[in-house]
Amino acid sequence: MLKFQNVSKIYADNSTALSDVTFSVGNGEFISVVGHSGAGKTTLIKMILAEEAPSEGEILFEDVNIHKLRRDRIPEFRRRIGTVFQDFRLIPNKTAYENVSFAMEAAGRPDEVIETDVPEVLELVGLADKMWNFPGQLSGGEQQRVAIARAIINQPDMLVADEPTGNLDPVNTFDVVQILKKINDLGTTVFLATHNKGVIDFLGKRVITMEKGKIIRDDPTGKYVL
Amino acid sequence: MFWTNIKRVAKQGFITFFRGGVVSFTGVFVTSVTLFIIGSVIIANAFLAASLTELESKVDVNVYFTTTAPENEILLLKRRLETLPEVASVEYINREEALARFIERNKGNALVLQPLEELGDNPLGARLNIKAREAKQYANIVAYLNKQTENVLAAGNTSIVDNINYADNQEIIDRLSALTTGVRRLGIFVGLVLILMAALVTASTVRLAIYNSKQEISVMRLVGANNSYIRGPFVIEGIMYGFFAAIVAALCLYPATLWVTKTTTGFFGGINVVQYYISNLGQILVILIVSGILLGMFSSYLAVRRYLKV
Repeated sequence: MLKFQNVSKIYADNSTALSDVTFSVGNGEFISVVGHSGAGKTTLIKMILAEEAPSEGEILFEDVNIHKLRRDRIPEFRRRIGTVFQDFRLIPNKTAYENVSFAMEAAGRPDEVIETDVPEVLELVGLADKMWNFPGQLSGGEQQRVAIARAIINQPDMLVADEPTGNLDPVNTFDVVQILKKINDLGTTVFLATHNKGVIDFLGKRVITMEKGKIIRDDPTGKYVL
Repeated sequence: MFWTNIKRVAKQGFITFFRGGVVSFTGVFVTSVTLFIIGSVIIANAFLAASLTELESKVDVNVYFTTTAPENEILLLKRRLETLPEVASVEYINREEALARFIERNKGNALVLQPLEELGDNPLGARLNIKAREAKQYANIVAYLNKQTENVLAAGNTSIVDNINYADNQEIIDRLSALTTGVRRLGIFVGLVLILMAALVTASTVRLAIYNSKQEISVMRLVGANNSYIRGPFVIEGIMYGFFAAIVAALCLYPATLWVTKTTTGFFGGINVVQYYISNLGQILVILIVSGILLGMFSSYLAVRRYLKV
């Protein structure tokens, strides 16, 4: 489903963020990427989202080179990938419901579908009773669950999560990981960047380890080794 | 699909505007300052034009006739003058009327009136008060009069014209017509500069307001909203700023015109700014709303464009 082929990223100041990265992710896989800060995890994710272009190599999503997409095709492409970030990135002046429904509205889904799907997904992440709260009225764990609901509402092919548990306490971390696992069990590919050892060990799934922009390990049922 | 998007964009815009709090308030406030200036410039120009017309109408040229001039000749001249295209009106004041006005004007001034009584006779000649359509046309009218007098003298008759006071007024008239054109031009220039400055301030305020939404815009992009869908609500918000600001500005202009009228009536007489404002309210309001909406719309459009790149 997703293929990185000899991808390098060198910034204008000659610092190398990624060098010669090659891997592929299959349908329905749960893949984690671990590494210290600056190892290149975030650059990797920005490239999957077509936010940054590689200096060399290519990135194929369902055999389409995403950096050769026309600019006006990019929004459509992004709707096929759900994203979750460490800092939640909810829209502060929209309620939980509106944050989720926004993604559906932007995708041009009909009103009736939005009205049934949004409450359903919020229930799935355990927030049925806080639908009308604004992000400021929710705890960090709750905000992250809203963000996950928003990421999966359009039934994406893949969910990309960049340090989703970075700002959360252990209990909320566990909840969020449970939800990600559930989403994966329902058939969605999950791409998780993290440096939480507990999460990796708990999952027991494929782990890619990065260091200084290079892949140094790729274990099918990895442990957190650094 | 198209209408669904329009509906969604409009709804988003309204919601952000009303939830905006301080940001929306600032946007409306700054835009209304601009619109207030636009309104003031419009009213000030009308006021200026009216004052200048008023001043111009106070200027005239007087032709004084000798005391022995026969009335029918004076009336003949009056009819001739009235056929000139430059002449707005000619007023004939006969000898008795001239005396009556003189006495009326100098009422209680014994120093002037006593010699008049002692004289026993009316020393004043009849006169014509001529008003031109525009201040600069007096020169032509006076040239015409002088030519008439020359013709009469050339024919060997004595002129009935004693004196034309144009020479005394000439300087004032010239200055006034120069002032009129100058002031009008300056008014338009100052007005345009003020409007431009205010518009730039508004544009940067709206831009700051949208700077707040920078992160929001990046989130919308990640969720897969296309550019026009992201931009739409902000443009609607800008339109709302403009609309409400126009109403605020129109409301503030009313007490402002009241105040101007109160402080200037002694000065110019006649011109009532409040009345002008109220009788042209519809037109002024339309101008304010249209310029407000355009201003808000373009400011938002340009501001969002910055954050839509990548």
